[in-house]
Amino acid sequence: MTMPVREAELSGTTPLAAPSPAIRFENVSKIFAARGTGAAEVQALSGIDLAVAPGSILGVIGRSGAGKSTLIRLVNGLETPTSGRVVVDGTEVSALDERGLRDVRRRVGMIFQHFNLLSSRTAYDNVALPLEIAGTPKDEIRQRVEPLLDLVGLADKRHRYPAELSGGQKQRVGIARALATRPTVLLSDEATSALDPETTRSILELLSSINRELGLTILLITHEMSVIRGVAHEVAVIDGGRIVEHGDVFDVFTRPRHPTTRSFLGAETGRELPAYLQAHLRPEPVPGGAVALRILFRGPHATDPVISELSRALGLDLNILSGSVDEIGGRPFGTLVVSLPNDPVKLGQALTFLQARELDTEVIGYVA
Amino acid sequence: MSPEILRLIWEATLDTLWMVAVATSLATLMGLPLGVFLATSGRGELFAAPLVNKALGFVVNATRSTPFIILVVAIIPFTRLLVGTSIGTKAAIVPLTIAATPFIARLIEGAIREVDGGLVEAARAMGATPLQIVRKVLVPEALPSIVLSLTLAVVSLIGFSAMVGAVGGGGLGDLGIRYGYQRFMPDVMAVVVVVLIVLVQVVQSTGDHLSRRLNKRLRRG
Repeated sequence: MTMPVREAELSGTTPLAAPSPAIRFENVSKIFAARGTGAAEVQALSGIDLAVAPGSILGVIGRSGAGKSTLIRLVNGLETPTSGRVVVDGTEVSALDERGLRDVRRRVGMIFQHFNLLSSRTAYDNVALPLEIAGTPKDEIRQRVEPLLDLVGLADKRHRYPAELSGGQKQRVGIARALATRPTVLLSDEATSALDPETTRSILELLSSINRELGLTILLITHEMSVIRGVAHEVAVIDGGRIVEHGDVFDVFTRPRHPTTRSFLGAETGRELPAYLQAHLRPEPVPGGAVALRILFRGPHATDPVISELSRALGLDLNILSGSVDEIGGRPFGTLVVSLPNDPVKLGQALTFLQARELDTEVIGYVA
Repeated sequence: MSPEILRLIWEATLDTLWMVAVATSLATLMGLPLGVFLATSGRGELFAAPLVNKALGFVVNATRSTPFIILVVAIIPFTRLLVGTSIGTKAAIVPLTIAATPFIARLIEGAIREVDGGLVEAARAMGATPLQIVRKVLVPEALPSIVLSLTLAVVSLIGFSAMVGAVGGGGLGDLGIRYGYQRFMPDVMAVVVVVLIVLVQVVQSTGDHLSRRLNKRLRRG
């Protein structure tokens, strides 16, 4: 016999229930109406289902025109979905009017590719702007702005105008400004795309530390895998207005399923073969040639001396063609392309040996 | 040149300055909001009202395309209604203001449209109301170019003010016509022209200087 369950009992704090997401897209589509005669309407997003857990960093990667700008603008209501729901911190943003949206926007910070700082205001006054807009009293503004400038490392530049700051410093002002109203969610719109690699790293480190220390949920969009890898916990790949792949950064990086993901990963994880190897690779067996095998080192045995064990156990002569060992999301990950004699029995044994150690293998072709 | 003539030139200069100052102030008071509205009321913009925008744009164009001297004569009844007379400095201020308002509005519209759209988006993302966006983003960011626009307007008004002299408006233009032309006193005409040149120079360099000081986009060493 089952006990009737009252709703009140369910709504209480159930330790097993996952925390409700900070941002949730439910079957969201966005169509931009045709502008002008002869123009076709544009389906920017279709059937987006995506959730970002509180305190996590989700990176959305896509080519330009894939719909990622539209996606991020749905969160603070700069765009409204054609259908579906967007829920932020329990508030259905997609159902709000302008007035309601203004309240939500004060709980959602945003940083931009081109910083969008007011040229007529100093660093201090730029950070103060969202507080002025929210009607915060002047002395309270001071109490909030000063620590934020400290946090982003610009206390000594408070009276500088944006034109007197470097790109990285401008983005730091942008970050401080986005944090001024103490938001729970931070949106990052290609925030490092206009910066050089070194500055990008320092900005990503700042975002990571903000995420850790303030428990801020971050949704970022980018077209660079290195950004995802540098800062994100989860990654979603968007292509043609759809999420084609979504998961933990390590899993997606090491086992990409969608062709778009693979092309983005290309050089980033050593997946792309060096040109000399590509030139020698044949799709059909070559008489007297060898098999080229790709081994992906992930999981518990990623750091074991697998190759020498394999060589000894099966008496195989392995020739290393290319390889890289790397770290993704704090976990080791390696790629190795080896060639071994084209002998079906030996090859089968080798694959069994590698699979027993939870390593992914793939025959990528044949070499002479 | 007799001290009497010099006194007349001095008074005419003050009259011109007075007319231009009052007309510019009034025209800015009306032209600034009008210009901001013209720049922000198009389709999909902050105060989206495309029809009102089009109607206002038409009125502005119509006023701007009327030759100034015709405008002065055409609105004489209105001028009389407003200030009780159609001649003299006070009366001249009315057509000057009416001609300058749409001119300033268009200049300010241009200055506002120059502001990077990303700033408006950032302000919206902060939860700013449209009015806050105008007050805290658009106008401050456009200020250097607004100052240059107003400088241009003052220079044009100095020229216009000389034209109202032709219908008894007072000021330097009036003096130049009555003494320099009608009484064959080329020296008076020459002085009038020189004074006008100096006025325009002073106004233009003051405006340039102020605009440069307000412009924080320039990197200073």
